[in-house]
Amino acid sequence: MANVSKFTKIVLGFGFFFLYAPMLVLIIYSFNSSERVNIWADFSFKWYVELFRDDAIMSAVWVSLKLAFFSASAAVILGTLAALVLARAGKFTGKTVFGSLVTAPLVMPEVITGLSLLLLFVAMVNSFGWPQERGFLTIWIAHVTFCMAYVTVVVSSRLAEMDRSLEEAAMDLGANKIKTFIFITLPIILPALVSGWLLAFTLSLDDLVIASFVSGPSSTTLPMIVFSSVRLGLSPKINALATIMILTVLTAAFAAYYISSREERTRRQGELINED
Amino acid sequence: MKDFQWRRFKKWWLIFPPYAWLILFFAVPFLIILKISFSEAAIAQPPYTAIFEYANEKLVINLNFGNYLWLFTDTLYLNAYLSSLKIAAISTTLCLAIGYPIAYGIARMQGSIQNLCLMLIILPSWTSFLIRIYAWMGILRNNGIINNVLISLGFVDEPIRLLNTEFAVYIGIVYTYLPFMVLPLYANLVKLDSRLLEASADLGAGPIRSFFSITLPLSRGGIIAGSMLVFIPAVGEFVIPELLGGAEILMIGKVLWGEFFGNRDWPVASAVATIMLLLLLIPIALFHRYQFRELEEKS
Repeated sequence: MANVSKFTKIVLGFGFFFLYAPMLVLIIYSFNSSERVNIWADFSFKWYVELFRDDAIMSAVWVSLKLAFFSASAAVILGTLAALVLARAGKFTGKTVFGSLVTAPLVMPEVITGLSLLLLFVAMVNSFGWPQERGFLTIWIAHVTFCMAYVTVVVSSRLAEMDRSLEEAAMDLGANKIKTFIFITLPIILPALVSGWLLAFTLSLDDLVIASFVSGPSSTTLPMIVFSSVRLGLSPKINALATIMILTVLTAAFAAYYISSREERTRRQGELINED
Repeated sequence: MKDFQWRRFKKWWLIFPPYAWLILFFAVPFLIILKISFSEAAIAQPPYTAIFEYANEKLVINLNFGNYLWLFTDTLYLNAYLSSLKIAAISTTLCLAIGYPIAYGIARMQGSIQNLCLMLIILPSWTSFLIRIYAWMGILRNNGIINNVLISLGFVDEPIRLLNTEFAVYIGIVYTYLPFMVLPLYANLVKLDSRLLEASADLGAGPIRSFFSITLPLSRGGIIAGSMLVFIPAVGEFVIPELLGGAEILMIGKVLWGEFFGNRDWPVASAVATIMLLLLLIPIALFHRYQFRELEEKS
């Protein structure tokens, strides 16, 4: 910290306050018993009880979790393949096009992605009768498409950092490409696959705009419910839901941070012992 | 020769799944948007007219330019495009002004404190975006925390309007997109060779001059990537102007949403999307050039 100036500390402090204060306010007011969200009455768990009694919200939570799980899993497979292609396949015809198709979904405004996919699904029904009904499947396709771009970026940077001499050594020792991939490359990039999966999971869980375009009447995701109730004003039940979501993410993130920093420490200690 | 072909075949087997997926579900849909933007709204299922008709051995192509003419005659659309570009540009500048010192500070740190600060920057983007915008609704309201504090301190007599203003939209965009600005900047600044700064100090440059002649030019790549990651999605943003901007704040994402869900006019919504995409083509190309070079450079 010695070379961090006072100015930087102030900016960082202000930045973290700006990022976290709104969430803190949300959490505090979720324990407020008053119906009027901004007037503090009493500490209570009332809104949590109401939240769990709300069938519409609970079934939307289930739909969204399932969707996020399947979207993240498919996105990791396709995104990893795309990253491998970019990093290992060398030059091939159409590589530039492939590169732009991989990176463009990262910045594409959601309204455009949503509308374009909906029109595709409608055109597909008209020409060969599939998908008959828009719902879980169409949202899944949409989510896989934009999530895989994020996975590709995460996995690509891990692939770039990795020591390629390990792969070469395995091949020199007689392993074929598939064996080398399974026993050498995959374990090394595994942390990137895990963080890519988690990132895709949260992105899918959070998406409102794209899902609104491509969903049908039968499948309502959690963000859709939150959006329609928030549009009408503040709702203490949403505060309770938000608190659960924020605390889950915070706990998971700090657990991951703790585990990885402890691993790092043991590794460093191991290196020191080896040096002796 | 045979071996060569077999290897090429295996390579394509790897390339095919992601490539085919992206072409079918990302590239083709844009062509369909372009096509529908030339059709006419109709009360039918789906709600637009066909462009190609084949009857009596004649292929009839009905290209309707009405949607585009409509976009240029009604000033609503032009104003929405301009105001979106303006709001996105100002928000990007604000993000850069706040994000640069943060990224710089984190890049100068060491070891575990650096990782911790980096995580604290990224963490909010792992929690629900909708929920974080909702949090600001509660803070900026007339009887929200800011107004309550201002009134109880006696600075103002009656609440000032913060929610449903352009100011609220800026707060929402900066709040949501700040991590996307900080990350590429950090990735760039952390690679900066500190010996360059030492050399410049040895040659008599003050810290400000060193910053402007060394640090800033070398971090250009990070500035471009971060700015594009904020600017492009911000132009088409829907949720933030809808929830924090209220009815008066015009942005093109909201207009598109309204055309599609409110008016059920799919062709006009498609034309709105096509023009938006044309406006964003240069920023997207800029972003892609940087991002693709980064992906290739590393490998």
